[in-house]
Amino acid sequence: MTTTYRVDKFVDAKGQTCPMPVLMLAKAFKELASGQILAISATDPGSKADVSAWAEKTGNTLLEMVEEAGVFTFYLKKV
Amino acid sequence: MTVDTLPTTTDQLLRDRVDTLVNERLEQLVTERVTEQVAAAMKKDPAKNKVAIIASKGTLDMAYPPLILASAAAAMGEDVEIFFTFYGLDIVKKGGAAQLKVAPIANPAMPVPMPNIVGMLPGMTPMATWMMKSQFFAKHHVAPLEQLLQECVDLGVKLIACQMTMDVMGIKAEELIEGVEVGGAATFINFANDAHITLFI
Repeated sequence: MTTTYRVDKFVDAKGQTCPMPVLMLAKAFKELASGQILAISATDPGSKADVSAWAEKTGNTLLEMVEEAGVFTFYLKKV
Repeated sequence: MTVDTLPTTTDQLLRDRVDTLVNERLEQLVTERVTEQVAAAMKKDPAKNKVAIIASKGTLDMAYPPLILASAAAAMGEDVEIFFTFYGLDIVKKGGAAQLKVAPIANPAMPVPMPNIVGMLPGMTPMATWMMKSQFFAKHHVAPLEQLLQECVDLGVKLIACQMTMDVMGIKAEELIEGVEVGGAATFINFANDAHITLFI
């Protein structure tokens, strides 16, 4: 079930491998204000586990992960 | 029932009842107190969100794990320090990260199957390195070591070069990339002492 989010920032990490998607995510998140939403797209299958681990560790919310044609798009909300 | 046995029985009954009550209450109190103490101790966990890594190897494959883990940990908000010692110093030498090689000799896990003895032939090390970089890493878009090292610096990972091994291997402080500090065993232990994660690579 895909919800439409008002995305404040988009990060394209397609083609990047571990640990780059997480590094790009962390860097982009620094520029967000609390409550804002970031979307990040990645093709590295490892990012499925890594992005949720990052969210769990940093206390930010992983709203949803959408998989489409080998591209994983994560929607995250800053606490 | 005779009159003279009555007090003893009553006394005995009373004592049993009191014992049972005291035991029950004691157990309740001890459990409460222990639970409180454990919770307080857990809250006072002296370990911090710190990751302490020792990078001791100077081959391409062994330089990746410390840099990948350090940058990822820093991106997750951890306070990270890498202590470079022995061959690991090559990672933080100016231009060093780009020069690291794959050792094909005595490495039975090379992606291209070949008799291990072939690894000893002259030119095999640069060839294995070239193959790893151009055929495997490039194809899978693996970030080069230089980039990961820069990411570590940008994310505030503390890089410490081991003084003793620098002296042994004739490496001067000015040969190291900017931002690397020089320290010894005590420097690392002091940092790792309250780190949740400590790795020797």
